[in-house]
Amino acid sequence: MIRIENLTKSFGPKKAVDDLSFSVERGEVLGFLGPNGAGKSTTMRMITGFLPPTAGRISIGGHDVAEDGLAAKRLIGYLPENAASYPDMSVEGFLGFAAELRGLNGSDKKKAVGRVVDLCFLSSVLHQQIDTLSKGYRHRTCLAQSLIHDPEVLIMDEPTDGLDPNQKHEVRNLIREMGKTKAVIFSTHILEEVDAACTRAIIIDRGRIVANGTPQELRSLSDLAGAVTISAANADPVKLAALPEAARVEAVSDSAQGPGLRVYPKDKLASVALARSVMDLAGREGWQVSALHTEEGQLDEVFRRITLPDTVKK
Amino acid sequence: MKARMNANSSVANIRAIAKRELSSYFTSPVAYVFLVIFLLLAGFFTFTVGSFFERGEASLSAFFAWHPWIYLVLVPAVGMRVWSEERRSGTMELLLTMPVNAWEAILAKFLASWAFLAIALALTFPIAITVNVLGDPDNGMIAAGYIGSLLLAGAYLAITCMTSALTRNQVVAFILSVVLCLFLILAGFNPVTDMMTRWANPAVVEIVAAFSVITHFDGFQKGVIDTRDLFFFLSVIGFALFATSVIIRNHRAG
Repeated sequence: MIRIENLTKSFGPKKAVDDLSFSVERGEVLGFLGPNGAGKSTTMRMITGFLPPTAGRISIGGHDVAEDGLAAKRLIGYLPENAASYPDMSVEGFLGFAAELRGLNGSDKKKAVGRVVDLCFLSSVLHQQIDTLSKGYRHRTCLAQSLIHDPEVLIMDEPTDGLDPNQKHEVRNLIREMGKTKAVIFSTHILEEVDAACTRAIIIDRGRIVANGTPQELRSLSDLAGAVTISAANADPVKLAALPEAARVEAVSDSAQGPGLRVYPKDKLASVALARSVMDLAGREGWQVSALHTEEGQLDEVFRRITLPDTVKK
Repeated sequence: MKARMNANSSVANIRAIAKRELSSYFTSPVAYVFLVIFLLLAGFFTFTVGSFFERGEASLSAFFAWHPWIYLVLVPAVGMRVWSEERRSGTMELLLTMPVNAWEAILAKFLASWAFLAIALALTFPIAITVNVLGDPDNGMIAAGYIGSLLLAGAYLAITCMTSALTRNQVVAFILSVVLCLFLILAGFNPVTDMMTRWANPAVVEIVAAFSVITHFDGFQKGVIDTRDLFFFLSVIGFALFATSVIIRNHRAG
């Protein structure tokens, strides 16, 4: 649905987005990660046709954004950063306006407004003026606007920014639900959202893609991935390090089960073999094991390592 | 569900945006403050400064003569928010990522503000009734005056739309448009043209004066609708709105 080829955007001498290529199909939810100023919003503004790219091509459902912008825009629902809306309008008026610009009139318009009002839990503030609403409601009003025409492509710039935990949960569920039938891109810097809502994630830094994969794949990039943590009163680190699959052993206190030993594998893909050896060893030695688990790797560690290569790299 | 998405014509877009824009004037106190001040100023200049009654003429020349000056301040006050507010609040991004052409949005916003000014002007109707009660005026001349006044307001407004697109700061937009409109007045204002003839070739003075709204508004006040005057005002509007579209495009191109 969304195809991006060699997308570049320069502001003066500075390249905000540098040769980005990726695509998103229907049924996918792509999480767009990156530190502030990495080029996430700029990329989204180009996809939605607000900013013209310096170079590269974007096509939405086969329509080139530069050549046939209107056809592309019709397929897109867009939640801009900060969820801008007209403060002097009522929620109902604003959604009606959005519906009219999407070509919905009369009973179609009424139906569409009713649908998104239910979807975004806005019925209690329907007649209130937008600038009297709390941030969460204002945000959901703009979200409702992006869904009014049941778009095939949904682009959301920090959709959970400024929401309380319950609202965040609702919005993530909504995104996941939408992702079943649409092509969705959303940006965030909250890593837990990647697990909560994405089928795939891209990490960008200084305008370039530095990682691209499923949340599982990204997590496996972590140093921690595949390590086995064992909590046992009398475990011996020397014997653990002597295992053929083990690279090194480290004492840890960050594990939820209390202090323990973490064994890093030589080969991340062979973590199952490592776990088996550790268990066998513990059985042979008669250690009193209180917990043993294989680490999945942590996204925030991956994120920090690849977006701050010079300062965090070991 | 994707019903009738392709039947989305320009006219429908323009109507939707203009409707929103016009109603936004009336949901804020700005509209009412503006209407009251406009009517007070128009009345004050006409009756006190323009000595409407003492003239003993059954015409509205004392009324229309002040319009270029009243509009100089009030039209930029109406139009200054048109684009700068959209830029400041980020709704411009929302509006221009809708399936809407930029020119449709520009035209719609201009037409809505112009309609608002037309409403303000229409509310001066008691003065037209007054001259008709007191005397026997040439109503064709009055109608021409109203048409000229509306075109004048439109020209100022288009210039304000242009300056408003330049900045996210309404005050800057206001000052810029007052200066530009003032230039359009002074280029043909008699004291200024008299001064210019002292050191410039009369032909040059005439060319400069041809760019003045005063020169072109004059005919309407006398009841003459000259196609050249019509063309002047419409081309100022057209040019300023075209410049607006260029400014908005360049702003997005970064």
